[in-house]
Amino acid sequence: MLIPLLQAAQDSYGYIPQLAMEQIAEVTGIPVAEIYGVITFYKQFRLKPLGKHLIRLCKGTACHVLGANLIAQTVADELQVAADETTGDGLFTFTVVACLGCCSLAPVLMIDEQTYGRLTPQKVRKVLRQYRQDAARSPVKAPAEEAAAAESQRA
Amino acid sequence: MQEVLVGLGSCGIAAGGQKVFDRFSEILDSRKDDTVLKKTGCIGMCYREVLVEVVDRDGRKTLYFDVSPDKVDRIVEEHVRQGKTIAEWIVDPRESMAKQKRIVLRNCGVIDPASLDEYLGRDGYKALEKVLTGMTPAQVVELIADSGLRGRGGAGFPTGTKWRLAAAAKNSHKYIICNADEGDPGAFMDRSVLESDPHSVLEGMAIAAYAIGADHGYIYCRAEYPQAVRRLRHAIGQATEKGFLGSNIMGKGQNLHLNLKEGAGAFVCGEETALIASIEGRRGMPRVRPPFPAESGLWGRPTCINNVETLANIPWIILKGADAFKAYGTAGSKGTKVFALAGKVKRGGLVEVPMGMTINEVINDIGGGTTEGGPFKAVQMGGPSGGCIPSMLGNTPIDYEQITATGAIMGSGGMVVMDESTCMVDVARFFLSFTQNESCGKCTFCRIGTKRMLEILERICAGQGEEADIAKLSELGEQIKSSSLCGLGQTAPNPVLTTLRYFLHEYEAHIKHRKCPAKSCLALVDFVINPETCNGCGLCTKTCESGAITGEKKKPHRIDLSKCIKCAKCLTVCRQGAIEKR
Repeated sequence: MLIPLLQAAQDSYGYIPQLAMEQIAEVTGIPVAEIYGVITFYKQFRLKPLGKHLIRLCKGTACHVLGANLIAQTVADELQVAADETTGDGLFTFTVVACLGCCSLAPVLMIDEQTYGRLTPQKVRKVLRQYRQDAARSPVKAPAEEAAAAESQRA
Repeated sequence: MQEVLVGLGSCGIAAGGQKVFDRFSEILDSRKDDTVLKKTGCIGMCYREVLVEVVDRDGRKTLYFDVSPDKVDRIVEEHVRQGKTIAEWIVDPRESMAKQKRIVLRNCGVIDPASLDEYLGRDGYKALEKVLTGMTPAQVVELIADSGLRGRGGAGFPTGTKWRLAAAAKNSHKYIICNADEGDPGAFMDRSVLESDPHSVLEGMAIAAYAIGADHGYIYCRAEYPQAVRRLRHAIGQATEKGFLGSNIMGKGQNLHLNLKEGAGAFVCGEETALIASIEGRRGMPRVRPPFPAESGLWGRPTCINNVETLANIPWIILKGADAFKAYGTAGSKGTKVFALAGKVKRGGLVEVPMGMTINEVINDIGGGTTEGGPFKAVQMGGPSGGCIPSMLGNTPIDYEQITATGAIMGSGGMVVMDESTCMVDVARFFLSFTQNESCGKCTFCRIGTKRMLEILERICAGQGEEADIAKLSELGEQIKSSSLCGLGQTAPNPVLTTLRYFLHEYEAHIKHRKCPAKSCLALVDFVINPETCNGCGLCTKTCESGAITGEKKKPHRIDLSKCIKCAKCLTVCRQGAIEKR
């Protein structure tokens, strides 16, 4: 049962570190190469740690028709980050997903568990700047930074 | 007793429903108010979320729309406590419900999905009891076959035939699988059913298991639907505890052990052999059929795979009979179909209509027409496997064969409305980029062919199309359709082929005149500043990387088109809406 193991690993680390892959290989007898093949086949799995906030931008059909491209471009411009990347300060990871299923609120994006709907480029910039400001006031270490620190300790 | 129901499907939650619910629970006072506060699932009128229904002691129902936490106080004070309805906040559900027929969605937005008792109160598990006490498995199969129910996942294979094949297979173990891997962008029917009425799907599975002789089952649900996963897990626990699932169901000796399996994000896993591979823990890649899953499926055992909506129909058909179901629909398509109506339509949401209703009726009578009020240009049905049906074919009835004849497919139920501001070439490019990304890579034509098609479409949208491109797209499309193993590849070119068929002039405008008639492809439009609305704040000048925007402070600015690189950044920073596309 490889996929549930990978899901469990990702649940506890936020991504799948190489160490976890090796341990799963040891327990199951499935070669690491094959595990890597399964990981990269499914979109859910990540090989890199996440930023503090996960932005999921919906690119479903309804969102697309209502201007999701411009929203994506605005996020990328505002954060200076490409899709599937994490900002330099570890604050945001920006991903594009197929459909969040709240088509009547399109265009939509989610930051962590919070949904923002009926977006305009201006509204997106405002929301993102608010997160930046909040983060500046209460600097908390992002999981990405923590993971990096932990990795370097292990090494 | 009075009831207050808050719609908490994913849409309702996204619109802020949880905060509304919390506010109600804060101020409703158990000493003062004889009122029960309840959560319910998707009411279906997504365009009016957050929805709150107040059911008075005499059974009178009042539906409030666009409820925010600050409106809650007045609803409690005036309606709950004084019995005075607030006319200006009331929405008449008939505005979109009048022409609908709810079979699959019979309990959605009516019951609390977390309450088994409420499901039982609406004839829940009565159908299961009926088949276990008074019908043989063969009788169940024949009843479903007689009803004319066809697979609601998209392809429309007759459910009775599927069950007959699985029932005929000889093996000591068989599996029933519920395909809840709803991956079409723009479709959320199955999610709403799972979130709002999970027991109807479980009951359908238990009946299917009895009919085909399965003792184990899986629900393969998208991991992107956390709410559905939670509610399913809860419902499975309840049903097992009460003896509707598990060993010796209702004391009749029938067993069904259900597992919930979360998908990991791969569109191709909606294909049945890929889904099976994924449950087995492998890369979800389709394989050649035969053998069909009914013969050799999960772990090599006979397996029957049905879609969520198909299964939710089953208890209703068993209780009301095949004739009641057949009363709705056309010669070849019986019953109802649920659609996720979205895009440029006034009243988007979840709708269930009898088969045979025309596309025009769905969009205009139920959806209220387009957002801007003009005519719709096209409607996209069937997601990435479907196609764009132009408004001139708006009288096409909802029927498997007739929709297929337009070049689209019935599909799982996504219905995205498009108007004059939607570029059809861009829509084709959008779907192709989706399927190209989701192709599992097994078949060469699907893997490389979709990539080549996408490159051509991207070139056309960027204003670099060539005259030969149209012929190339058709040729590649036909080749991919005929040379791919599974449904993904066989249908991937549909969005391109249907737009070529009905909107060839838009392709030609892009290629020959370097113009995008919908003003959607950025490379083919000119950006200008409207001097009437520009207040000269200078934000655009600061953002413009090519130095194309000039102007004095507090005076209208202008864009030098010879320098403009059409990046649209000015458009995204302007707070006045002064940047226009021409």
